[in-house]
Formats: sequence, structure tokens, C-alpha cells
Amino acid sequence: MTDQERAALTDRARRIRGHIIKMLAAAGSGHPGGSLSAVEILTFLYFRRMRYDPKNPQWPDRDRFVLSKGHAAPVLYATLAEAGFFPVETLTTLRRFGSILQGHPDMKKTPGVEMSTGSLGQGLSAANGMALAGKLDKKDYRVYVLLGDGEIEEGQIWEAAMTAVHYKLDNLTAFLDYNHLQIDGRIEEVKSNTDPVGRFRSFGWHVLEVDGHDFAALERAVDEAQATKGKPTMIVAHTVKGKGVSFMENQVGWHGTAPKPEEAQKALAELGLA
Amino acid sequence: MTGKPNQFILSQTLLELAKEDERVIALVCDSRFSAHLAEFAAVLPRQFIEVGIAEQNVVGIAAGLATCGKIPFVFTPAPFLSMRSAEQIKIDVAYSQTNVKLVGISGGVSYGALGTTHHSLQDLAVMRAIPGLPVVVPSDNRETALLVRELKEHRGPVYLRTGRGPVPDVHEAGFVPKLGKGCLLLPGIDLAIVVCGELVRAALDAGIFLHERGISARVVEIHTIKPLDEELILEAARETKAILTVEEHSVYGGLGSAVAELLVQNRLSIPMRILGIPDEPAIVGSQLEVFRYYGLTLEGIVAEALKLLGVDITDIKTDIKVKGA
Ligand SMILES: Cc1ncc(C[n+]2csc(CCOP(=O)(O)OP(=O)(O)O)c2C)c(N)n1
Ligand SMILES: [Mg+2]
Repeated sequence: MTDQERAALTDRARRIRGHIIKMLAAAGSGHPGGSLSAVEILTFLYFRRMRYDPKNPQWPDRDRFVLSKGHAAPVLYATLAEAGFFPVETLTTLRRFGSILQGHPDMKKTPGVEMSTGSLGQGLSAANGMALAGKLDKKDYRVYVLLGDGEIEEGQIWEAAMTAVHYKLDNLTAFLDYNHLQIDGRIEEVKSNTDPVGRFRSFGWHVLEVDGHDFAALERAVDEAQATKGKPTMIVAHTVKGKGVSFMENQVGWHGTAPKPEEAQKALAELGLA
Repeated sequence: MTGKPNQFILSQTLLELAKEDERVIALVCDSRFSAHLAEFAAVLPRQFIEVGIAEQNVVGIAAGLATCGKIPFVFTPAPFLSMRSAEQIKIDVAYSQTNVKLVGISGGVSYGALGTTHHSLQDLAVMRAIPGLPVVVPSDNRETALLVRELKEHRGPVYLRTGRGPVPDVHEAGFVPKLGKGCLLLPGIDLAIVVCGELVRAALDAGIFLHERGISARVVEIHTIKPLDEELILEAARETKAILTVEEHSVYGGLGSAVAELLVQNRLSIPMRILGIPDEPAIVGSQLEVFRYYGLTLEGIVAEALKLLGVDITDIKTDIKVKGA
């Protein structure tokens, strides 16, 4: 990745952060923390890696991305808008009556959304199905899925983790948004849900750890995932919840609270977008 | 007039009860804030169990606690509790008759704008179909507080749904609800409006509105969907000319279905209409926007009542204003 390419991705990520802040402020509710922590992962996937056609969202050979932690819908919507699936102006209709952008993603309403999510724990299974279909149909598309570190407290995640290994789903790459926070507090306070690296590894996954805000590191990890045959890869992305907005970073209270207009202004100023 | 959220009242009441009785345990799934239990967790840490995002697990844990004499109250959003954990509820709680109190918080379309994943519009149907599980949906703060006290003393499982937003008062001071007993809120002989939960106030206002215009509407609140107060409903069907049921739930399987099943099997054939959310993913919007869209408002209830009675809407003055909206 050249410096120029990295700068372009960084700029894209900044714009996506700006959209997230604006859309949440306009909606008056929603989830900033877990949206901001995943910005680089989605930016990397949609602007550097994935194969898709925004004019033909159902193209059968497209790569798929499943947002299993569906409450981070704002980052997905902002990314899809930047990628051209629908106009950027639509973003501020988030959560409005009749909008295509509801609080959690609906695959029937929003172009580019691959799976309806929001009930945590279900996305990895759906991604398994997409990866299995790819194998059955001898297609070379790849499937990506993003999980929350709180989300993996759901048992279904571990059922799916075994399935992905059993069927050698090497066309599946999962990301864990390892931001160490859920709603009720820090992950380790809520539940001894620690060492995801060791746990996924013991289930038979190829596991990598990266700085989830570093594009070059993400690229190396995804390259390695793609080159790894016979097993799925889990990229444990060390991230900061609320990343990019100083007063939201690492603050559990910004999980599901929208910024007020003054706070949004402050956030946009920090992002150099005011 | 307008009170607090019922789930806030429930948790405040439970904190009082838990201070007096250490068998009371509150369990949450990363949901202590939405359940208004942060204070409970701080004051009574030994009686508070956080299980993280694991709705199936929490139900099993509660069942185990109950077998050891505890009185567990599980708090997690109604859409996840009633659907993801349905089997654990069927087996570990209802079939096993463990003394578990399942509290589905943010029920109905409390989380209207969050989308279908967060709507719980089938919970009453699913829970009602499980043998041995009473189903309760309180309307206002007073009723919620008193029903929780009664449920704590009542031995056996229950599913109780509360909502997220503040609710207007329905009941007067001095009113005492009784599990399994409906409440006659307004007498009338032309038609009966049978209603539950957070729509009771709108239905009562609709009844008053109709009375003011010469239509004698009876309003019956059913906070216990199961076991149903059959007598009160049969009486309403015998003494009026039509039945309108109103609920924040799918038109399949909830209060309306329960009433219809009862009437049909008692050979009571009178005009009836089930007002609720039709069989589709509900429209997405705030709770009030969803209510308006589906006519779950004073105006909507009045319009349905008039239609049932065959009264032309233009026949009566329609200066309807939404109260407390
Ligand atoms: C099945 C289910 N249970 C509970 C919730 C409520 N909920 C939404 S987000 C969240 C916390 C998620 O934490 P994490 O996965 O760490 O997400 P992030 O930190 O990335 O925002 C919870 C409990 C839900 N959406 N689905
Ligand atoms: Mg997290």
C-alpha cells in the first residue's frame, strides 16, 4: 500500500466518521461507539478489497459483507453510501419514519445490505451459509463478517464457529471488533469473555491479531486470510470504541447515545469536517 | 397524568422487595441500564446476576436458581427473551414449573425505530401457547407496581411484558389489580373495547369520547392475557352488541385471538374486530408513529368502533384530539 493509497483510505474513513456523527445527530438516537470502532475495517473492505457493483447489488459473484453486530448500522450505511449504493443525502434519514435506513439493517430495504441483523449472535451463521453456497457453486467470491466482542457471548456464535471449521470455510474471513466494551461495562466486568484469540484458535480457526485502525496491518491480515487454505480466519482487530472523537473514545456511555447538536459540532470539528 | 415507564416502576418495586427478601434475584443480559437496574446492582450486588449477551443461558440459570429456592426475575428485551429463549422457557420454566419471573422489557414497538429485530409483536402469542405460563401485560405504573408485588408472592412462572416509554395513568389511587382478573374501566352496552398494555389509556379515552357522543362503549382491561378472565369477557359479549380488541401485538395469537377463541367456543357470534399490528413486519418509526400508522390511537379506535356498529363516521362529531400524546 503506497502512502498515497493510505492517505486516500484515511480520508475516506474521516468522511465516513463525519457521516456517522451527522446521521446520529439528525436521528437523535443510535450507536456511535461501535460504529466508530469499525470504520477502518469497513473502509478497507469496501475501498480496497471487496468486489462489488453498487449498480448491481445482487451481482452473484460479488463479495459479501455481513454486519453481525447490526447495531453498528450507521457505519455500514455511511460506507454503502460512499460506495455508491445510494445517495449520501439519504444518510440523514436514519431512523426516520419510512426511511430505507432503519435502526438495524434490513436487507430488503437497503441496497448493499447482505443480511438483516440486529439480534446479536446470528450473523456468523448466515455468513457460513454464504460461504458454503460459494463452495457448492464453485464461485470465488469471499465472505466477510464483523462480530462484536460482547456479541460473542451468544452461544450461536460458537455453534457457527464449529461449523465454519468443520466445512473448512477458507472463503470466510471474520473480524472481531475487539473494543473491550459492551453496554453494561467493560467486557471483562460483564463476563469472563476474554482471550478470543485462544478460544477461536482452539476451535480450529486461523487467528490473527491486528491494530484495527491500521490499513496496512488490515491488508496484511486479509492477504494472509486469503492465502490460508482449509480453515476460516478470524482477524481479532484491536480497536477503540468511539475512535476518532476524543470524548467518545473508550467511553461505555457512548455505546447507544446520539450526540447532541453541540457535541456533534465538536466531533465534526475534531474530524476537521466542521 | 403521565407517569414513568412501567419498566422503571417495576425495577424500583423489585428493589424494595429484594431488600426485604434476599431470595429475590435480578438477572440481566447486558441490559441493566435499559431495565433500570443499575441502582439494584449497586445496592444489592449479591442479588444481581449479569450473564452478558446470552438470553438462552439466562433462562436456564434462572430455572436452576429457582430450584434452589430463589425467586429469579429475568430482565432482557422482550423480542430476544420471547423468541430466542422460547425453548428454554418452554422446558426449563413452564414445563418444569420453576418459579421464574420472565420480564420482557421494551416490549411491543417500544423500540419502534430500531426495526423488526427489536420489535416484539409475537411474544404474547408465543408465550401464550406454552402450557403453564401465565402472560401479563400491565397498563400503568400503579398496576405494574402492584402486579409485581403479587407476582413475587405467587409461586410459579410468569411472562410479563413492560414498555420502555412513560405511560399515562389509567387507574385511580386505591385500585388493586388481581392476577387473572380483568378490570371493567367503563360500563357500556353498545360495544365492548377489550384492551391490554400501553394502549389501555387510548382505549379508555376512545370509550369516553364515544359516550360523550351518545355511544355507550364498555372498556375492559385485560392485564392477564393468560389465564384469561373468561367471565368478564363473556359478560361483555352478552351485554353489548360488538367486541373490539386492541393490542400492541400481531393480530395473530394475542389478546384478540384469545377473546375470539373464547367467544366462538361459547357460541357467541357477535361482530368482532381485532385491532393490532397486521401480519407483516411492522412499519419502522417511533412507538407513536407506529401506533398512528396502524390506527392504534384514540381516533383509530373510535373509527373501528363506529365501523363495527355500522355508524357512519360523518354521523357523529369528529373533533377528535389526541390526549396525552
Ligand atoms: C440478541 C441480542 N441481545 C441483546 C441485544 C442488545 N444489544 C445491542 S448492542 C449490545 C452490546 C454489544 O456489544 P459489542 O458486541 O461489544 O458491540 P460494540 O462494542 O462493537 O458496539 C447489546 C447487548 C441485541 N441487539 N441482540
Ligand atoms: Mg464491544
